[in-house]
Amino acid sequence: MRTASDYIEMNVPAKPDYVGVVRLTISGLANRMGFAFDEIEDIKIAVSEAVTNVVNHAYADEDKGQVRIGCNIFDDRIEITVVDQGKSFDVDTISKNLGPVDGKSVDQLNEGGLGLFLIDTLMDKVEISSEAGVVVMMTKYLHRDEVEEHVDRISPAPSQ
Amino acid sequence: MNLQINQNQINETHELHLTGEVDAYTAPKLKEVMLPLTEKDGSVVVVDLSGIDYMDSTGLGIFVGALKSSKANNSSLKLRGMTDRVKRIFEITGLTEVMDIESGVKGEAL
Repeated sequence: MRTASDYIEMNVPAKPDYVGVVRLTISGLANRMGFAFDEIEDIKIAVSEAVTNVVNHAYADEDKGQVRIGCNIFDDRIEITVVDQGKSFDVDTISKNLGPVDGKSVDQLNEGGLGLFLIDTLMDKVEISSEAGVVVMMTKYLHRDEVEEHVDRISPAPSQ
Repeated sequence: MNLQINQNQINETHELHLTGEVDAYTAPKLKEVMLPLTEKDGSVVVVDLSGIDYMDSTGLGIFVGALKSSKANNSSLKLRGMTDRVKRIFEITGLTEVMDIESGVKGEAL
């Protein structure tokens, strides 16, 4: 198994103001790696959802902590870890609300709860743990359908 | 990373034209403008999304809230001009089934 070639970490206040900043940064990384436009958009939404979950939770608790976003960049995939450094929220409760709107009447619709469902749908692999804070780890593979063995590693940009 | 909301009113019809992004940061602004409009009996709220290039579940939540409010207050909510990206998340989440969405994307000649 190949090892990570690069690791990028961000640590931002758990406030709505910074969700867009994280999203743009991840978008830049994914673009650099060669993801297609639609894949980049998927990654942007997934990361925003994970960070937004932390932000909403932090607000509910009046405990405005930090949220840490780590990105491992591999040849064939990006692994993004979003860590809530505040108190854990109840993953089981949230998971119960997971799922599309299918067959629900308007009254039954939940105004939240679509976030984790979107992460799960848009990324290739998602793991959630809530042992110490909540950790959402999500992976998106690059060019899954291609059997190209000679993909260049991310090479340093030529000096200007 | 901003959201611009332009508002037009013709009789009972309120038209909102949105430009920018709807996420956790900008969604409260949208809610503040849109929700009171859906609370007026008989009003028709038309939201043009052709200028939206990013929306996530926080934005979807605002529309779900507005839809509930319109049902409760005898008003109606219509969405139009969705780009393919925005339409996709409405589809994935199943909201296309419950929302009044006008098909046809403006400004996206393919």
